[in-house]
Amino acid sequence: MSDWVFIVVGLTLTAAAATALFRIIRGPSILDRMIASDMLLTTMICALGAEMIYNSHTRSLAAMFVLAGTAFLGSVVVARYVSRNGRL
Amino acid sequence: MTRQKRDHAVGPRAEVPRQATRREVRGNLWTQLPLLLGLVLLWTVLWGQATWISVITGFIVAITVTRVFYLPPAELSGRLNLWYLLVFLAHFFLDVAIASFTVAFQALNPRPIPASSVIGISLRTSSDLIMTLDAIAMSLVPGSLVVEADRERGILYLHTFATQTPEDIEAMRRKVLIVEARIVRAIGSKSDLARIHESEATS
Amino acid sequence: MSFDLIADILTSVFLLLGAFLSLAAGVGLIRFPDAIARMHATTKPQILGLTFILAGIALEERQLSTTLVLMALLAFQMMTAPISAHMIGRAGYRNDVIAPGSLLVDELKQSIDEVQQELGRAENEPKNENDDGSPN
Repeated sequence: MSDWVFIVVGLTLTAAAATALFRIIRGPSILDRMIASDMLLTTMICALGAEMIYNSHTRSLAAMFVLAGTAFLGSVVVARYVSRNGRL
Repeated sequence: MTRQKRDHAVGPRAEVPRQATRREVRGNLWTQLPLLLGLVLLWTVLWGQATWISVITGFIVAITVTRVFYLPPAELSGRLNLWYLLVFLAHFFLDVAIASFTVAFQALNPRPIPASSVIGISLRTSSDLIMTLDAIAMSLVPGSLVVEADRERGILYLHTFATQTPEDIEAMRRKVLIVEARIVRAIGSKSDLARIHESEATS
Repeated sequence: MSFDLIADILTSVFLLLGAFLSLAAGVGLIRFPDAIARMHATTKPQILGLTFILAGIALEERQLSTTLVLMALLAFQMMTAPISAHMIGRAGYRNDVIAPGSLLVDELKQSIDEVQQELGRAENEPKNENDDGSPN
């Protein structure tokens, strides 16, 4: 597989992660930050997958699971916190 | 959620009347079994090897998990139509694919962002399982998101993205009911199926 | 044309599509007016993007054990994404994160108002008509 595919994919994913970071910094509410960090984690999973294809190994599968679990738990915890406290 | 997904996969074997009596007599071993087997399968897949040790530790972990994090049993209809299940899944993945690209292009389109709506749709069936599956299916299709579910009255409240005209809203409403009809055809009970046919005959 | 070459080309296409969907989600995250609209932009197109990338991995590895793990990962994402989206959406709706004027109709508000009027006629108070009872 040619290298330019991975260069394009890497740059695109980096840009996606940058937009997520922008939204985490800007807010304005904790929910926006949560959605953005959820997206940052999913982008990281995508990046791990692309790296696994590039170097043709499967060692990062467990890390992908952990990231997916972290994203889910994080959103649930924040959503519960917001509904409990009624505060953003 | 996990149990409901797994349960309807083995629908025909778990007959409803026996399930109901067993549940009273012997706890809900039969309704637990598909979930247990699914968890064991997941465990062995995660280990990447199907040895005796991984299967046995899988059973121990699965039993512990289902004991500690107890879920209320899902009400199954006991009916399963494989063909309509395939139809539902095919439509579902097609919807996800089309709608994902639609939302992606809406995001990239430099024109102003179209207005959204919150609409309430009263489902024709009253089963919790069908309501849950319908809500999951609609949540995974980009452009609609379940904000609230009124279980007693069977109403799903959806936040729909980019519904600018009343026609768009009506189209989304129809869409939810179509997805519901597909789910009922695949796994719904006979009475739910009759209700769907009835409403389709009148409309 | 050998099978490996076809698999390589397909994998490249899948990777590019997945990355494109991620970037589109990011653009939506910046441009959309309120938290719930942003969630439309991020979570769900990203699941399709992730599906593409996982399909790329499966095509490159072509091993049953890897494919099973990838399918488990995808199933996990597909089961958890609606839950977290619903919970965040509900919390957001109740805390009025929706940008004012961005809604065409709001039927949930109408029925909440109706219920509150009925309650108000009987007696005033109870504001949230159901607190934690709905299925998550």
